[in-house]
Amino acid sequence: MSTRLVLKGITKRYPAIVANDGIDLTVLPGQIHAVLGENGAGKSTLMKIIYGVVKPDAGALYWNGEETPIANPAAARRLGIGMVFQHFSLFDTLTVAENIALGLPAGIRMVELEQRIAATAREYGLDLEARRHVHTLSVGERQRVEIVRALLGKPQLLILDEPTSVLTPQAVLGLFDTLRKLAAEGCSILYISHKLDEIRALCHACTVLRAGRVAGVCDPREETEASLSRMMIGAEPPAVEHRQPSAGRVMLSVRGLSLPKAHPFATELARIDFDVHAGEILGVAGVSGNGQQELLAALSGEDMRADPQAIHLDGVPVGRRSAAWRRARGLAFVPEERLGRGAVPELSLARNILLSHQGSGTIRRGLVRRSAIHVLAGNIIQRFRVKAAGPRAAAASLSGGNLQKFIIGREVARRPKVLLVAQPTWGVDVGAAAQIRAELLALRDAGCAVLVISEELDELFEISDRLVVLARGRVSPAIETSRADLDLIGRWMSGLWDSPSETRRVEQTHA
Amino acid sequence: MLKLEPRPQPSVWMAWLSPVLAVLLTMACGFALFIAVGKDPLASLAVFFLEPIKDMRGWSELGVKIAPLLLISVGLAIAFRANVFNIGAEGQLVAGAIAAGAFVLAFDESAEGGPWLIAFALAAGVCGGMLWAAIVAWLRDRYNANEILVSLMLVYVAQLLLSYLVHGALMDPDGFGFPQSRLFADGLLLPAVLPGTRLHLGAVLALLAAVAGWLYLARSFSGFKLQVGGIAPLAARYAGFSSRRSLWIAMLVSGGLAGLAGACEVMGPIGQLTPSISPGYGFAAIIVAFVGRLHPIGVIFSSFIMALLYIGGELSQSRLGMPSAITGIFQGILLFSLLACDVLVNNRLRWRK
Repeated sequence: MSTRLVLKGITKRYPAIVANDGIDLTVLPGQIHAVLGENGAGKSTLMKIIYGVVKPDAGALYWNGEETPIANPAAARRLGIGMVFQHFSLFDTLTVAENIALGLPAGIRMVELEQRIAATAREYGLDLEARRHVHTLSVGERQRVEIVRALLGKPQLLILDEPTSVLTPQAVLGLFDTLRKLAAEGCSILYISHKLDEIRALCHACTVLRAGRVAGVCDPREETEASLSRMMIGAEPPAVEHRQPSAGRVMLSVRGLSLPKAHPFATELARIDFDVHAGEILGVAGVSGNGQQELLAALSGEDMRADPQAIHLDGVPVGRRSAAWRRARGLAFVPEERLGRGAVPELSLARNILLSHQGSGTIRRGLVRRSAIHVLAGNIIQRFRVKAAGPRAAAASLSGGNLQKFIIGREVARRPKVLLVAQPTWGVDVGAAAQIRAELLALRDAGCAVLVISEELDELFEISDRLVVLARGRVSPAIETSRADLDLIGRWMSGLWDSPSETRRVEQTHA
Repeated sequence: MLKLEPRPQPSVWMAWLSPVLAVLLTMACGFALFIAVGKDPLASLAVFFLEPIKDMRGWSELGVKIAPLLLISVGLAIAFRANVFNIGAEGQLVAGAIAAGAFVLAFDESAEGGPWLIAFALAAGVCGGMLWAAIVAWLRDRYNANEILVSLMLVYVAQLLLSYLVHGALMDPDGFGFPQSRLFADGLLLPAVLPGTRLHLGAVLALLAAVAGWLYLARSFSGFKLQVGGIAPLAARYAGFSSRRSLWIAMLVSGGLAGLAGACEVMGPIGQLTPSISPGYGFAAIIVAFVGRLHPIGVIFSSFIMALLYIGGELSQSRLGMPSAITGIFQGILLFSLLACDVLVNNRLRWRK
């Protein structure tokens, strides 16, 4: 039988770690093949080897049956390999079309390219403006750029790294249709994901990695989520228990929050109303690019243009107050971007403590208490089981999931009254994600008001007490999670909550 | 094929030794250079690197050059770490010299001088430099004007202002129309640190500034905020650190230290106001700051090397008949060697098939 891609004994050693240890993988033409594994299991390195970004130390790669070393990504693209990275390789200062042109032969006409981008985006239902600058795009929109870029190359093998986290449930089904169509046309797909249900629904074969080795190969359609999970982490993730909300007083209140665009491609916020009570988690659903960035910046104090009365923190108007001022009064914030915003990559974990711990515990007479921040960082590393060399390790040396655990730990350790979290488990493996959700629930039970903005509906349904949907800069009425379902939230994500039937449903909720 | 591979944990020791290696490499290149132009390499290198420090007088002259370089580069190291590119330290130096000089000229006839007046004159110099830097900070803060351009342009404004003043208001009435002020009274000159040499109090102030700068960056919360604003502006905004505050601190500290350097120059080795009071210390200090890795202690070392190259370059012109470009050549070789050493400290070479 002919094969599209065969890996034999691929090994890659880094100075501190063996990322891939004798990995075998076989992908057939037209097959959707899942690669499943925790963060740090070696999935990303393996994909980079296939795409020619990284050279293996040992092992062989066979492309359509012939041994083919892949020297660089350009060679991979010439063979017909397309890749959508988890960490995007886009230049902020260029437009979508310019970024895509970088991967194509020189001398392409931009107008023509923009039309091709628009056509491809339309064909696969990916909303994208070719002339926008990448720095104005949200994470979800950036991923769409990567997907369209890969599809333009008419690939024989398409590698997708966690592609569905930015899509509405309806759009996920659309993407699956697209992928099945591509596969039926003979294109092979390597699908990297931690979402076990998606893998079971979509994929024909699954290779499970654990700690750089192949832990098993199976047909996911014949496995259960529990059995897949066991193969991946050697245990089942802890279940999260649900609880009847016993909400306390209003800690964060937003009334009539409207904000004009800060730049031409921003989303305007219009008359946003919602409350977050002590002891509850309010989930904000929505596809990124619908005002998430703008709403968070206005709530955190990074954007201080809001009307003073539009935002109340524990009864005090804070619309014009700085982030430091709000933080001193009990607000904590975990941003979407971990490196560069939630943490300074070059600095040690201990020094990164100072980004949010700015009280007498860490600073005395203007001087940093160095032993105190080391103890604090050490405690967080231990309590949240962060895999790091210690308080002195640079933030950039941690994997995404471990850094996220550290940042959430850092904010939880402040015992905040109100916690804002954006994409808490984005790109985080199953074990760590379960741990993070459990921490958020524990914080809620301790009386904190928690606002979670996420594109993963499963997650929101799992942990939220109430849900709102953010669409085109407007926020829907709140609905209790137990009364909501995927279908309703999906419709609201398109901005349709004003119709009479929808309104009736909300009124029932309030009754 | 040779490949560079990042070291997982670069050696801290080697990071500190790298500048020393760079100096040795510079000497080795100089050795080859002198052979190529037909000079005795050992004797020539001795003129460059040993002659300036062979006796107390040489050391003191070195200190005279180190003082302004170190004062300015400490300030620039702080500013550059905050991503505030003040490249107009030369102008702030001149502004400080004008302020201190005007103060001295206003008081030295009526008063005896003494430590208090000297301190006030130095403070006037600091204020002059800060004022000049504040123009840059204000234009950047209020109108988002590029601080690189504005600070550079203000260098020429300051130099012309100095020229205007020594041709007019501050000109020595008994000076036969020469464009310079009268000599400052002895009681208002900086005291010599070593009797019988020109090494003045400014060198001590420079060392104190380096230590204070190091404490500020390494230990203080304000210094931490400044550096976060420089490396990761989004993280600084997330944390609620004010970028405007960082801008003002960076400009005022670097401007103030440059102004102090100007005050020390006119109240020390020069002793009066003349149209040209600095052989480009403000610009050389930019290189010093980067060679010293923007570290206030590192710049002590690099300002020493820079001063050595200045004096060695002058000596090799008179003793060896080398062209004046020799100073620049050695500075360039030093910079390249240091960069090369740093690359190898942070990476290792691997031979790969």
